[in-house]
Amino acid sequence: MADVSTLNTAAIGNDAARNRLSAGPRGKKPKKTLSRRNIMLYGILGLAALYYLLPLYVMVVTSLKGMPEIRLGNIFSPPVEITFEPWVKAWAQACTGLNCDGLSRGFWNSVQIMVPSVIVSIFVASVSGYSLANWRFKGSELFFSILIIGAFIPYQVMIYPIVIILREMGVYGTLTGLIIVHTIFGMPILTLLFRNYFASLPEELFKAARIDGAGFWQIYGRIMLPMSLPIFVVAMILQVTGIWNDFLFGVVFTRPDTYPMTVQLNNIVNSVQGVKEYNVNMAATLLTGAVPLIVYFVSGRLFVRGIAAGAVKG
Amino acid sequence: MNVVPINTTRASHSVSVRDLTLSFGSLTVLGNLNLDIHDGEFLVLLGSSGCGKSTLLNCIAGLLEPTEGQIFIKDKNVTWEEPKDRGIGMVFQSYALYPQMTVEGNLSFGLKVAGMAKEEIAKRIARAAEILQIEPLLQRKPAALSGGQRQRVAIGRALVRDVDVFLFDEPLSNLDAKLRSELRVEIKRLHQQLKNTMIYVTHDQIEALTLADRIAIMKSGVIQQLADPITIYNRPNNLFVAGFIGSPSMNFLRGELVEEGGRTVFRTNNVSFSLEGYETSEPLIAGRKVVLGVRPEHIKVDGDLAGEEAHEAVVDIEEPMGADNLIWLKLAGHTISVRVGGARRYAIGAQVRLGFDMTMASLFDAGTEERI
Repeated sequence: MADVSTLNTAAIGNDAARNRLSAGPRGKKPKKTLSRRNIMLYGILGLAALYYLLPLYVMVVTSLKGMPEIRLGNIFSPPVEITFEPWVKAWAQACTGLNCDGLSRGFWNSVQIMVPSVIVSIFVASVSGYSLANWRFKGSELFFSILIIGAFIPYQVMIYPIVIILREMGVYGTLTGLIIVHTIFGMPILTLLFRNYFASLPEELFKAARIDGAGFWQIYGRIMLPMSLPIFVVAMILQVTGIWNDFLFGVVFTRPDTYPMTVQLNNIVNSVQGVKEYNVNMAATLLTGAVPLIVYFVSGRLFVRGIAAGAVKG
Repeated sequence: MNVVPINTTRASHSVSVRDLTLSFGSLTVLGNLNLDIHDGEFLVLLGSSGCGKSTLLNCIAGLLEPTEGQIFIKDKNVTWEEPKDRGIGMVFQSYALYPQMTVEGNLSFGLKVAGMAKEEIAKRIARAAEILQIEPLLQRKPAALSGGQRQRVAIGRALVRDVDVFLFDEPLSNLDAKLRSELRVEIKRLHQQLKNTMIYVTHDQIEALTLADRIAIMKSGVIQQLADPITIYNRPNNLFVAGFIGSPSMNFLRGELVEEGGRTVFRTNNVSFSLEGYETSEPLIAGRKVVLGVRPEHIKVDGDLAGEEAHEAVVDIEEPMGADNLIWLKLAGHTISVRVGGARRYAIGAQVRLGFDMTMASLFDAGTEERI
């Protein structure tokens, strides 16, 4: 207190002192744009981006070239004559074994596998996560632990038993069988995700809803669901990309006419007869990878909006 | 410690808790607790965090299952009833408004779940909105409300259910000091208007003293004292209650009772204090180790003395608080605080004379810490 007051009177009374005080740095400290730190930062970021983008660039330009141009061997040069022929061929004409109807069949198979698997697994996992977080029942902790252990067992161990189980159920080789497998294998990680999310929501909301007389499904549907858009988007991204990119289950549990897109892509790219059509292979790969990419782009925006809409505190 | 005697003079009890025990595994949160709350009474459960007051409230609400014991609401055994069937409304500390619904949606949710007719819902919302003055806010989402408005909506949610018993779980703790005192008055006014039974959990003694018809002070799952605020403040049952209630807190002097000139007096560090005027429930026997408790405002200084016994003390430090001035003094080896008028100032090191008002003092056994 005393120090401040003496300083003030000194500054007012003595012009020299006041000038000395006001001459020093004021306000925001100026920053150099081309500092060493910035050069390092942007340099490394740029290099990393280039490293990841280069293969994509090669794939895109190659898929737009005709075979004569590819044979010249300049993989980085842009196409002289842009052609969409390889894309059409990859989608509708490429041959795998005896079928020559392109990737389109694999695409529709994958869609038929993915849509029900994603919906069913997210629904079941969200309900079980909700009941584990809010309706503690006897043995719920044990049940949860068993589920979590499931997430750490390598898939390969379980493939043969599952083949037998599916055969006995009479769904081996069908899309239904693969949907069941995807739903079950998505369960541990999704349930963990949902349980932790619901546990992080204020417990008092759940209590208030119970006082208001809402039951298990009413609280789930009318209180919890509307607040959980972000976690549903996260679960959807996980499941869509995971199921779409799956190769192992697809190749084990389906037959050639029900192969998902990834398996079919592999068969197109690795077929050994005739000439290797690099442009068609590139186009086919880009087509297969397009779905997860689109999901990321679309739901990324939704995700941010979901977080903003779910804001509880203020 | 001591079981609170059950009040049998009034017949109708709004809420009765009988032998309630709640344990989580080996941890007992509430042990054999009994509590009767009268019709239309405003009861405050007061205690520091972890004392079991919120747990008790959750048991009454039906959100926690008791391990043992019974709960009656309006003379109906509701021990096994669902929360919605108990005739209660509850207001939470964090408001617990459904963020995706408008204020109107929040108020109507419970009624819609119960399948009430639309006109009746609209009527009840209109009434609650009028009482709480939240009519202009009905179409807003909770995120667009201030803390005080949110808590008002939360109270409204209990109000529209038209229940017998209101439960408040630290409803004002998330608000800033000014809003807190405003809403405190509003809750008191609401109680006078509605005349419902209200059970109010808080750790804030000012809220307890200003709102309550009766206060139940809790510590480690046991009710220490159940009485009206004046009794709690002036005649605390034990050392814990005496120290918990009052800010600045009561002065405690450890000493013993001795015989002096045919009278029993309190002696500490060779200074004797006459106990004249102290109302005791048992004879004062010399040799007993005791604690004398005196509130800062029950000590007279210099000019206020009217010929009674006085003791020399030295001013140690001064805390001016506007309306009052709290002075800390050294007396017989103890540091004690005295509250005087805001205009009276004392220099540090000044000699003053203090007189204790024994009619307002408290004497506790040093061993059992119970009031003598």
